[in-house]
Amino acid sequence: MSEPLELRDVSVFYGTRQALDSVSLSVARAAQVAIVGPNGAGKSTLFKAMVGLLPLASGEMLMGGTPLSGHRDIAYVPQREEVDWRFPVTVFDVVAMGRYGRGKWFRRLSRSDRRIIHEAMEQMGIGDLGHRSIGELSGGQQQRVFLARALAQQPQILLLDEPFTGVDVATREATLDVLAGLRGHSVTVLVSTHDLDLAADRFDQVVLLSGRLIAAGDPEEVFTERNLQAAFGGQMVVVDGRVVVVDQCCGGADDGRRDRQ
Amino acid sequence: MITWLTEPFTFGFMQKALIASVIVGVVCAVIGCYVVLRSMAFLGDALAHAILPGVAVAYLLGVNLLAGALVAGILVAVGISYVSRGGTIKEDTAIGIFFAAALALGVVLISTTHTYAVDLTHVLFGNVLGVTAVDLWVTGLLALGVLMAILLLYKQLLVVSFDPILGKTLGLHTHALRTGLFLMLAATIVVALQTVGVALVAAMLVTPPATAYLLTRRLPAMMALSALLGAIPAVGGLYASYYLGVSTSGAMVLVATFIFVVAFLFAPRKGVVWRLRQRPPS
Repeated sequence: MSEPLELRDVSVFYGTRQALDSVSLSVARAAQVAIVGPNGAGKSTLFKAMVGLLPLASGEMLMGGTPLSGHRDIAYVPQREEVDWRFPVTVFDVVAMGRYGRGKWFRRLSRSDRRIIHEAMEQMGIGDLGHRSIGELSGGQQQRVFLARALAQQPQILLLDEPFTGVDVATREATLDVLAGLRGHSVTVLVSTHDLDLAADRFDQVVLLSGRLIAAGDPEEVFTERNLQAAFGGQMVVVDGRVVVVDQCCGGADDGRRDRQ
Repeated sequence: MITWLTEPFTFGFMQKALIASVIVGVVCAVIGCYVVLRSMAFLGDALAHAILPGVAVAYLLGVNLLAGALVAGILVAVGISYVSRGGTIKEDTAIGIFFAAALALGVVLISTTHTYAVDLTHVLFGNVLGVTAVDLWVTGLLALGVLMAILLLYKQLLVVSFDPILGKTLGLHTHALRTGLFLMLAATIVVALQTVGVALVAAMLVTPPATAYLLTRRLPAMMALSALLGAIPAVGGLYASYYLGVSTSGAMVLVATFIFVVAFLFAPRKGVVWRLRQRPPS
């Protein structure tokens, strides 16, 4: 029943800069994985390559043995800085976009589509905000809108780009609750984060990235001083035998530049 | 008062002018919503100027000027979309290159003829009072095509404009849609050539949608209001030119700009005055 996500020797260039250098990675179906690394480590690049937004310079990405680019059931929650919040759409409009795939481009949303949309909004605690403009929401509410949209997509793979950066505690917990709830639906989840403790506490597997793959696996095995040193270099200090990452986190510019297509 | 309103349109050329300007005002204002939301104002202006060599070639060959303009517009739209596709050359850079090259080509071609002065003025500032029945048909059909495409592709264009990454994950051909939008924009500008001219078409693409943006909160409402706000200056411009003897296209743009300024100041929520009143006194 396991339908693993498999990355083989994936290299991606961002302009002329090599953002990912032959990354190989295997993720079990329904696993929840934290992608950790310093700014510019290629976390966003990895996600964008997975959704087909950036071409692979080499390597391949497979899901269940077939190329990832053929799969339509990947949901991607962008960093908040990448969204145009002045766009004239309501909360309902945005969540409804999650149902537009699956041959619905020229048809009205069905009753079951609407039910799924409302359920996703309820689940994220934004059920009563449907008619609000997205620009009027707080940061946490904005993130919930995009999570609700991802849920409405009913994906097999869910990619969350820095969902814990700059949000309130309630949103952070709501996000973690949703992830916990997805375990029962065999959704594979990849989350990029700067938060090492959170990654270690709440995820099955962590991936340490710094342009290339430093290590992947159980948090205890991955987060060794040696690996962290390799990933974070000068941004890391050891205090009383405990590793502290001094990260000038996280403007969100990261390596993710929004390109309109 | 009634006669004052109806008198201009007792003339056949004024009736044609009215129909042409309203069509142009509406179609510019509707596609202009995407121009504003996607920050493509520069592209709109550039396409308008890039159409010049097409007009010049058509003029030299003695064929329909609109046809020449349409061919040039399509070539430039596809060219910009293709060159900026990979992201190595940014979109505004590609626009700048094509825009200047096409304009230069147009100037060179036009300078080879000696009788261009009048026609060039018409291309630059429009000649809505000289609209023929054939022009009206071409205008109407192109405009209908653009409006139908915008209606049919509403969801696709919305997703690609708001969140291209979602478009990709949902399997949309984002590059094809972008090129399609460029082509619709080129067709719109060609349609507008005769009414407002190359120099002022950008205003009709940007000003009514910008006004509508201040007054609405959802894209369908913004498009509907924008269409109305595009039609009003079209009519107003004709009255101004009839009674005051001023340039029709110039008057159109000024009316549109006036409405924008009023909305900018007094719009609920987004207007300057509203925001000042919302802010607690310090």
